[in-house]
Amino acid sequence: MSASLPCPRELALRLLHDMLRIRRMEERAAELYGAGKIRGFLHLYIGEEAVAVGALHALAPDDAVIATYREHGHALVQGVPMNAIMAEMYGKREGCSHGRGGSMHLFDARTRFFGGNAIVAGGLPLTVGLALAEHMQGGKRIAACFFGEGAMAEGAFHEALNLAALWQLPVLFCCENNLYAMGTALARSQSQTDLCAKAAAYKVAAQAVDGMDVLAVHQATGAAVEQVRAGQGPYFLEYRTYRFRAHSMFDPELYRDKAEVEQWKARGPIHSYSARLKAEGLLDEAGFLALAAQVEAEVEAAVAYAEAGSLEPLADLCRDVYTSAPGTQVQP
Amino acid sequence: MSHRTTYREALREALREALQRDPRVFLMGEDVGRYGGTYAVSRGLLEEFGEGRIRDTPLSELGFVGAGIGAALGGMRPIVEVMTVNFSLLALDPLINTAATLRHMSGGQFSVPLVLRMATGAGRQLAAQHSHSLEGWYAHIPGLKILAPATLEDARGMLWPALQDPDPVLIFEHAQLYNLEGELDETTAVDIRSARVRRTGTDLSLIAYGGTLGKALAAAAQLAGEGIAAEVIDLRVLRPLDDATILASLRKTRRALVVDEGWRSGSLAAEIIARIVEQGFYELDGPPARVCSAEVPVPYAKHLEDAALPQVPAIVAAAHELCG
Repeated sequence: MSASLPCPRELALRLLHDMLRIRRMEERAAELYGAGKIRGFLHLYIGEEAVAVGALHALAPDDAVIATYREHGHALVQGVPMNAIMAEMYGKREGCSHGRGGSMHLFDARTRFFGGNAIVAGGLPLTVGLALAEHMQGGKRIAACFFGEGAMAEGAFHEALNLAALWQLPVLFCCENNLYAMGTALARSQSQTDLCAKAAAYKVAAQAVDGMDVLAVHQATGAAVEQVRAGQGPYFLEYRTYRFRAHSMFDPELYRDKAEVEQWKARGPIHSYSARLKAEGLLDEAGFLALAAQVEAEVEAAVAYAEAGSLEPLADLCRDVYTSAPGTQVQP
Repeated sequence: MSHRTTYREALREALREALQRDPRVFLMGEDVGRYGGTYAVSRGLLEEFGEGRIRDTPLSELGFVGAGIGAALGGMRPIVEVMTVNFSLLALDPLINTAATLRHMSGGQFSVPLVLRMATGAGRQLAAQHSHSLEGWYAHIPGLKILAPATLEDARGMLWPALQDPDPVLIFEHAQLYNLEGELDETTAVDIRSARVRRTGTDLSLIAYGGTLGKALAAAAQLAGEGIAAEVIDLRVLRPLDDATILASLRKTRRALVVDEGWRSGSLAAEIIARIVEQGFYELDGPPARVCSAEVPVPYAKHLEDAALPQVPAIVAAAHELCG
């Protein structure tokens, strides 16, 4: 452990590495979108990387995770291979959802990544159920759910918090407050903008944390996870963060000032954290460049993997609507 | 072997058996515990199995149906009770957007072994927010399986195979059936795949399910006295539909009358007739017909409610028209 960093050097560097992996994978995905290789919706997480990276590194590998339609980063950090994520965006059968989900619906049973859910707040009740199952089976794994502040205007948020608190379930509610529900600012859509107060209204422990600071995210999440795992009920974390890019590839960004975006970019999670690592003597420029080159190679390999991937045969169009052994497909 | 029982008790026996046989099974919903179930189906189960497995929920259909899906994903076998189909509309999002899609959307990685029970149907003067028959809507959705037990045997026997099914299964219990009383034949094998012929006949096929089965059988009994031998098919499974049983009956009777408590437009009856026409057009002696609910929100006043629903005289009249 370094003198002032609250985590071992290996983890400190891993946090930077994972933020870079998300950033470069998504920048490349945006290029590929422009080239027509990726279609549908593509919601970029760029600017918010510190949240997924800091939070997921504070969870155990077998904890359950549910995220939103802006979930490339969460899937990657949870352990879904970049190859499978890129292939999914390409709609290839080698994708982590065999091309059935796309960017918004990355799934991976192996890492207990229960998906990108594209219904705002849709993942929250599911997470409560996953935690209920764990609780009833006497396990120690917790269930974490990522959602935006916009989800807190949905009934599902309130029903989920009430249930989780009522039944004292091991749920970590991870609110990524990026200030805009698509194009609608928080203050224009919710009467109470103190998000922790909403959680506290359900007697859920709540804390806000600087979501641009990966170490702060990691620390706050670690403390919350400890409580949840100890059986003290659910916990709500508000990560204050900002989306640098448009909501999706179709968003002309008429609802926010360029100056506001630039202000937040000045606090960008990657450069501020790498500067800190350098100041701490944990990283030098050569080390940074080596890390960046490693990430670049991983991204290019993922693109090559996706390019070389195959298309699912049309004969399998109706596969996996029902669970059945091959050849016993249920007809509608 | 048989014993005298009611539809309600048969459902309760099925719940009890499932809770005893599989520790992963639990029941949750509004008033399923202390109250004993809105229709008294789960009475006594809280005392027998405890609060861990008989879970009273808040009035949060969206929340607890979603939690049921999550619990199913997490390795449990939840039975979620929604008080009526009308209230299930508050949970359409988790049911349609998640339970029905997850298997496909995840490329086959996640199945949702959820069982959802709810009351459906009219006939108790509960007006338009407690009386509708929306199971046909649910039967529209790929990824769901839809059951409509109309007999004591099915009330007793459908739950266990539904729990063995790896996919979401919705069970619609017509609210008029809970007091149905009779001999339950314990030797009857119950599957959740097929339609059943409940009465054989040669002149006409009456195709019914759930709350309309009894009416179809009553109509068939009357028709028998009037020289028409009606065959009565109980669909039992509304998705996937058992086309083969329907068409086998039609090849014999050459006439089809569907009795459906849903509204006519875009109904399950419409789907069944479309399949009959697609697959059995040349077997038919005349156009298929249907008796459905009037296209009106179900009204409160008894005479209006009665007039809105499929009734035996209307079925008999339609049968005469077909066979005339």
